[in-house]
Amino acid sequence: MPSLHPTAFEDCLIRVENVSKIYSLDTSGGASASVNSQVLFDVNLVIPRGQFVAIMGHSGSGKSTLMNILGCLDTPTRGHYWFDGRDIAALSDDELARVRNHNIGFVFQGFNLLKRMTALDNVATPLLYAGVSRAESRKRALALLDQTGLVKFAAYQPSQLSGGQQQRVAICRALINNPPLILADEPTGNLDTQTSREIMAIFQMLNREQGITVVLVTHEDDIAAYTQRLVRLKDGRIVHDEATAQ
Amino acid sequence: MNLLAVVGEALRALRLNRLRTALTMLGMIIGVAAVVLMLAVGQGAQTTVNQAISSMGSNLLLVVPGATSSGALRSAAGGVQTLTMGDAQAIAHLPSIKATAPIITGTAQLNYGANNWSTSVTGVTPDYFAVRDWAAESGALFTEADLRSGTRVVILGQVTAKNLFGEEDPTGKTIRIKNSPFLVGGVLTPKGQSLDGRDQDDAVFIPLTTGQRQVFGNQFPGTIRFMMAQARSAEVMDEAETEMNRLLRQRHRLSEGMENDFTVRNMAALAAVATGAAKVMSIMLGAIASVSLLVGGIGIMNIMLVSVTERTREIGIRMAIGANRRAILGQFLLEALVICILGGLIGVALGVAGAWAVSLATDMVVVITLGMIALAFAFASAVGIFFGFYPARKASALRPVEALRYE
Ligand SMILES: Nc1ncnc2c1ncn2[C@@H]1O[C@H](COP(=O)(O)OP(=O)(O)OP(=O)(O)O)[C@@H](O)[C@H]1O
Ligand SMILES: [Mg+2]
Repeated sequence: MPSLHPTAFEDCLIRVENVSKIYSLDTSGGASASVNSQVLFDVNLVIPRGQFVAIMGHSGSGKSTLMNILGCLDTPTRGHYWFDGRDIAALSDDELARVRNHNIGFVFQGFNLLKRMTALDNVATPLLYAGVSRAESRKRALALLDQTGLVKFAAYQPSQLSGGQQQRVAICRALINNPPLILADEPTGNLDTQTSREIMAIFQMLNREQGITVVLVTHEDDIAAYTQRLVRLKDGRIVHDEATAQ
Repeated sequence: MNLLAVVGEALRALRLNRLRTALTMLGMIIGVAAVVLMLAVGQGAQTTVNQAISSMGSNLLLVVPGATSSGALRSAAGGVQTLTMGDAQAIAHLPSIKATAPIITGTAQLNYGANNWSTSVTGVTPDYFAVRDWAAESGALFTEADLRSGTRVVILGQVTAKNLFGEEDPTGKTIRIKNSPFLVGGVLTPKGQSLDGRDQDDAVFIPLTTGQRQVFGNQFPGTIRFMMAQARSAEVMDEAETEMNRLLRQRHRLSEGMENDFTVRNMAALAAVATGAAKVMSIMLGAIASVSLLVGGIGIMNIMLVSVTERTREIGIRMAIGANRRAILGQFLLEALVICILGGLIGVALGVAGAWAVSLATDMVVVITLGMIALAFAFASAVGIFFGFYPARKASALRPVEALRYE
């Protein structure tokens, strides 16, 4: 197992240096009235390839904010983020879209499947954005659903699926382009204990068997127990970062 | 993402909101249909006018008795007849004039067997047919010899021939005009409507001399009702007008300061006015119809803006899984375009059907050209791109986190 805190640049899939995030809130009323609120304070985080990391912290501590930055959905106000050795700040919008498409699979608490679209088309959509033909996309999506035992739901729309099924479809969607990184923001937050265990088993399998780096946010200790490393955030700062007690 | 996939996504989104899509499209359909219909009616009016003008004959000047001081005809029809055969012959000798056609007119009852028909009888010289560029469809026109001897020969217009003879061939038959027998020499080719809306084919023509001596019983021998003069070319029309005015004043012994007792009208100028009016009308019709297209376009923009807001989260999800700005822009732009193109197609069909209905229900001429359809269609697409672009850009400019957080 690689060291928890690697220093060699090339080992790092994620390298966050002194990242701060400040939101400026427009308070309704005057145009001049804007309040700054800092959510992340000089966060430093290095995650090597193949690690399984849990991020914990109280509500409002900045976990989602950090995850969005890691997932290239948002940019830090200050500091640097290198993904796979590339400085994200230097990338254009199109290049960011490409990174999200090819290199990062995002799994959300609320599943975020496209409504009124079949599970199959949901899983196939990232391939369309990657320029793969519709027929080929569908074929590959079907193969993936088959592997994960979801093939009988291929023609179902999200509203016809249970939460656990939706989340598994969402994981398939995250995996379709074989990304090296999966980011999951409270993936089991809306699921019962039994289903949560099944979902965590999938992440564990992906991490162990395919070497995919997985970073997930959770509130529950028994979910965090599946991971190798626990990062704890408090009021926008990392206050704890060590190997999970297994 | 390839184009086909973008089109697919756009079509899917439109299908999901069938009613809204249909209502938006309705705006487009009505706009395009109105444009096609109005263009067709306008073009029809222009065609009617152009046909009337070309049926008149080329480079024509009209000389009528009476002055036109203070804009009104002082001496109306039936007034003093101041023009004579001599005037016509003198004008024919002007260098800018090719030929003249003195004319007398009247209305008479015609009979053939049991059929009778009342129509205008016009006494003309053989030159009349040359000046009007009017040929016989069957039989032959009368000649100078007929004119000299005052032969009782008549040339029929198409409509009159139909009314008297039905399917029978009139040539060589004898009809009665005011009870005198006339031999039908021939039937003229059809001319259609004149600029003032008369049916030029409902008329018969006899030699001028025959008319003067035997039909109209002229109280002023040698006078004519009016005359047509044909200039040698379009360029000498103005010159001809001046020369004719001078010559007629001289012949009528009008001294300095006396008003003309005749009026020379330049038919080319008249035609230009009529063409201009028809053109203005068709442009105005098109402009009015364009407004409805514009309104349809604003409807599209409205719906697309609502759709962007409503689907903000969807846009966020698509960005999170790798859609770039171009893909989002393309999707929304295509949705607008599909609405416009489908709406345009249906609108064109509806417009053509409407024009057809108009031509059946009224005696208006409507003309539909491919260019017209292409124009309406191009206009519709332009409206789609123009009004679809703003909402599409708005969608594509969203930041992924913000779009995802949108409730
Ligand atoms: N767009 C925004 N504008 C202003 N403030 C924001 C914005 N998004 C988040 N915040 C603030 O940032 C702080 C951290 O939010 P974040 O969503 O990262 O918390 P979290 O750790 O994920 O909490 P939870 O466990 O409840 O999901 C919160 O105090 C929140 O109010
Ligand atoms: Mg959160």
